[in-house]
Amino acid sequence: MAGSKPLEHRQYAHCESGVVTALLRHHSIDISEPMVFGITGGLTFAYIPFIKMTNMPIVSYRMMPGSIIKGAVKNLDVTFKTQRYRDKEAALAELIDLIDLGEIVGLQTSVYWLPYFPPEMRFQFNAHNLIVYGREGVEFLVSDPVFEHTVRIKAEDLQNARFARGTLAPKGFMYYPVQVNTSFDLQEAIKKSIKRTVHMMLYAPVPFIGVKGIHYMGRRIERLKTHKDLRYVRLFLGHIVRMQEEIGTGGGGFRFMYAAFLQEAGQILKSQRLEEASRMMTEAGDMWRQFALACAKACKSKTANFDVEDIARLVKKCAIQEKLVYSLLKTS
Amino acid sequence: MKISEVPQDDAKTMHGERKAMYAVDDQGRYTQTTTKGWEAEEIVLNQVIGEFEEKAREAATRAGNNETSPIEYFMYKNWMDPLTLAQAMGLYRWQVKRHFKPGVFKKLDHKILEAYARLFKVSVDVLINFPREK
Repeated sequence: MAGSKPLEHRQYAHCESGVVTALLRHHSIDISEPMVFGITGGLTFAYIPFIKMTNMPIVSYRMMPGSIIKGAVKNLDVTFKTQRYRDKEAALAELIDLIDLGEIVGLQTSVYWLPYFPPEMRFQFNAHNLIVYGREGVEFLVSDPVFEHTVRIKAEDLQNARFARGTLAPKGFMYYPVQVNTSFDLQEAIKKSIKRTVHMMLYAPVPFIGVKGIHYMGRRIERLKTHKDLRYVRLFLGHIVRMQEEIGTGGGGFRFMYAAFLQEAGQILKSQRLEEASRMMTEAGDMWRQFALACAKACKSKTANFDVEDIARLVKKCAIQEKLVYSLLKTS
Repeated sequence: MKISEVPQDDAKTMHGERKAMYAVDDQGRYTQTTTKGWEAEEIVLNQVIGEFEEKAREAATRAGNNETSPIEYFMYKNWMDPLTLAQAMGLYRWQVKRHFKPGVFKKLDHKILEAYARLFKVSVDVLINFPREK
């Protein structure tokens, strides 16, 4: 489905929803990034104590990387051609062929190997999504959704980024729409997706996912009260906030993006309740920001003049507020 | 969050870049807007970077005393821990930890050294001559 029109670069708040939104736009499905995020069921909360990342539990405010692409296939009636590779050279050759044919493709990459990222952000994070839309000599033209402007990358750097090893290793993952349905039922897709998200957030069968998971994290923070090592306490709080602050969520851990989705959904479905739920979700996002701010202050303070119980209370406020949102959504 | 409340804290870690995000305008309508960074976010990012930098400094001292190999220094310098490094190299953690031993490091296969150097974005010479060249 190679198109001849050039890609129009736009900046998005989040890499995966950004790439999927941009690819759909390029194929004449013009829906907003929050709409894509909401319909593909991007929102979640998970606090997984038994999987550690640099000695810290996994905390996630959104679904696993890759779920937005999968969600688009399921809920937006898009067929993607997806490909992973064993052979690096084959991956490069196929990318060049596609680009030269005028195709625009999404790639999974490791931030560590992307030279255009600020050095402070180049961690071993293997699930960054970007778009390649052209090439000039040995450089590829890149539309990275979290950057204001388009960038360029040398083939060698892109190869490193596509074949980084470790957790969520991209293995050259490439994807692009091959078939879209411009007349899919948006209203139905919205309703279904909200139902799914509400169900997960309220009734997850495990105590560390959804609203229960937020409470669970609150209890874990409370428990830090008896922890002797202040440095660990600070690192733990900082870690949670870093997970909340994934590029572009504005500190609200994707809650503002979901609130934007609910508002748009309310207009499309002409539902006052959804618009009210949107306002309440915005408040939840603001509460997450207060929590983040309190954690950051604790991280910065040289003494022990912060109270983890106060911080835990802020988390519980988030949990209570979110429960109100999902309960309202359940009845709409 | 209202657009007027969106933090514009000129975070150094963002190098003048702006990020997109969603906030509400005066009429309560969600709009895409941009931020130059938030102090809270910068604090927690600098916290983890500071932690790695301190470990790198300690490792450099120990490498100077021949108590560890340069690999440990470069690992922290690139913000990795033994597990992340092992995964990025396609090795087990115990193998990486073994490579921290100066005696083992000196006898490392050139191919493995090259793989480390590539990951650390330095030459093999810089890797094996650390910290004497500093």
